[in-house]
Amino acid sequence: MLSKTSPHITGSNSVGKVMVTLLLTMIPGFACLVYFFSWGYLVNLILASATALAVEAAILKTRKRPVLFFLKDSSALVTAALLACALPPLAPWWLTVTGAAIAVIFGKQLFGGLGQNPFNPAMVAYALLLVSLPVFMTTRWANVDQPSSLLESLQIIFNLSASGIDGITGATPLDSYKQNIARLTSADLLVAPLFNGQWPIGWAQVNIAFLIGGLVMLWRRIITWHIPVSLLATLAVMALLFSHDADAKVPVLIHLLSGSTMLAAFFIATDPVSAATSNKGKLYYGAGIGLLIYLIRTWGNYPDATAFAVLLMNFAAPLIDHYTRPRVYGHTNAVKGYKSDD
Amino acid sequence: MSEYILLLIGTVLVNNFVLVQFLGLCPFMGVSNKLETAIGMSAATTFVLTLSSVASYVVYTFLLLPLGLTYLKTISFILVIAFMVQFTEMMVRKTSPLLYRVLGIFLPLITTNCAVLGVALLNISRQNTLMESFLYGFGAAAGFSLVLILFAAMRERINLADVPKPFQGAAIGLISAGIMSLAFMGFSGLVAG
Repeated sequence: MLSKTSPHITGSNSVGKVMVTLLLTMIPGFACLVYFFSWGYLVNLILASATALAVEAAILKTRKRPVLFFLKDSSALVTAALLACALPPLAPWWLTVTGAAIAVIFGKQLFGGLGQNPFNPAMVAYALLLVSLPVFMTTRWANVDQPSSLLESLQIIFNLSASGIDGITGATPLDSYKQNIARLTSADLLVAPLFNGQWPIGWAQVNIAFLIGGLVMLWRRIITWHIPVSLLATLAVMALLFSHDADAKVPVLIHLLSGSTMLAAFFIATDPVSAATSNKGKLYYGAGIGLLIYLIRTWGNYPDATAFAVLLMNFAAPLIDHYTRPRVYGHTNAVKGYKSDD
Repeated sequence: MSEYILLLIGTVLVNNFVLVQFLGLCPFMGVSNKLETAIGMSAATTFVLTLSSVASYVVYTFLLLPLGLTYLKTISFILVIAFMVQFTEMMVRKTSPLLYRVLGIFLPLITTNCAVLGVALLNISRQNTLMESFLYGFGAAAGFSLVLILFAAMRERINLADVPKPFQGAAIGLISAGIMSLAFMGFSGLVAG
């Protein structure tokens, strides 16, 4: 007789499987990014993945940890994929490589590796690059009207072209609306091809594709509904409250369907390591991100605020967890906050 | 009214004393190892910082300025702050022994918090009025408390993590503080000035 200790019923979800499913659900959104904007996203993905794996392997080897065991969980690939979605597609190759290395070293491995990093590694790298290299991070975007082919992307990324392109600026719906609403009315703005009513071409498709990927993750029970729902609901409520006058502020549909909203709501904010853990905590955490995204987008300097919003709430997540400990079955409510009589 | 709210948002978030202006880093790194001590330190600092901001404004405007002794401002502010801290300690000890026990050692430590002197000096260079000095001191203290408490909760978690040996303790603390400072740059532009 073979005897085994409990648990006898085990789920089929290992860390590696969860990460691979997450990567698979990112495919539709990523394909839309490549199709509507640039093949540069794919080049970035390859560069970032190779760097992330190499750096992770090097650190694990230095620390004398089992290299293959940790590489197989694919978490470095997830970080690389999120970073590739966030970085400008035509960024020079060294920017992507630096970003992936920063993400793995400062975002993850210095804190002890997977499961112990308090911040989302990809967002740490993105914010650091955005603050340190604003020129490269804002002038290497692709336009929807002229998506760049694989060859063009490679030429620009590796700086091979004879023409020597210095920069391509693509107006984003969020930024363009904010800049132009002071002198134009909402009706005038929205007929422009960039907005296409309130369904900006390219941006809307990418966001809907990420939404579908997110719903698949919900269905596969990789994430719970709390963070995406509270994030999107808070963002929508804030936009309805403050942007009811479309001639003054960006309307709600553009907030939801442009920029990186859906990517952030389903793929970045739901990172189980750096997010809050209890269900109630997740609701607060998601709501905080939604609120901060609206605040920074509307009154701050950065037109798409998701990286900063996610980092700020990562910062707050341990405290949220501290105050939202679930009640233990059979006990009264957990003691909250400071008690001086102990 | 709205300018006061903007001043508060500006001091708490946009120009946060710890993460953007890098003042008061010693208590930020020193007493952030446990959440409960961080909360105690925050309460004590908020009380002293708000009072000393107003007191130093009063001393400067009604004593140093009429007598033409403005070159003595730094040393007189240090005196005001030390007096304020001592006064608070005595008051709290007599009126509320419970609170005294909670704040304990943190009260005298506040004398050496450079954010306190920083607020007093910045009040003068920003030419704040009495009400603005009060709000500026309170905002600085609220921002300090906010990041100290959040950081303490995070450090309790980091202390349990498998951090590489050379980075344990203060090193990983400073790296996380750097990432937080990066995140706070997202607030830039929320309030002008």
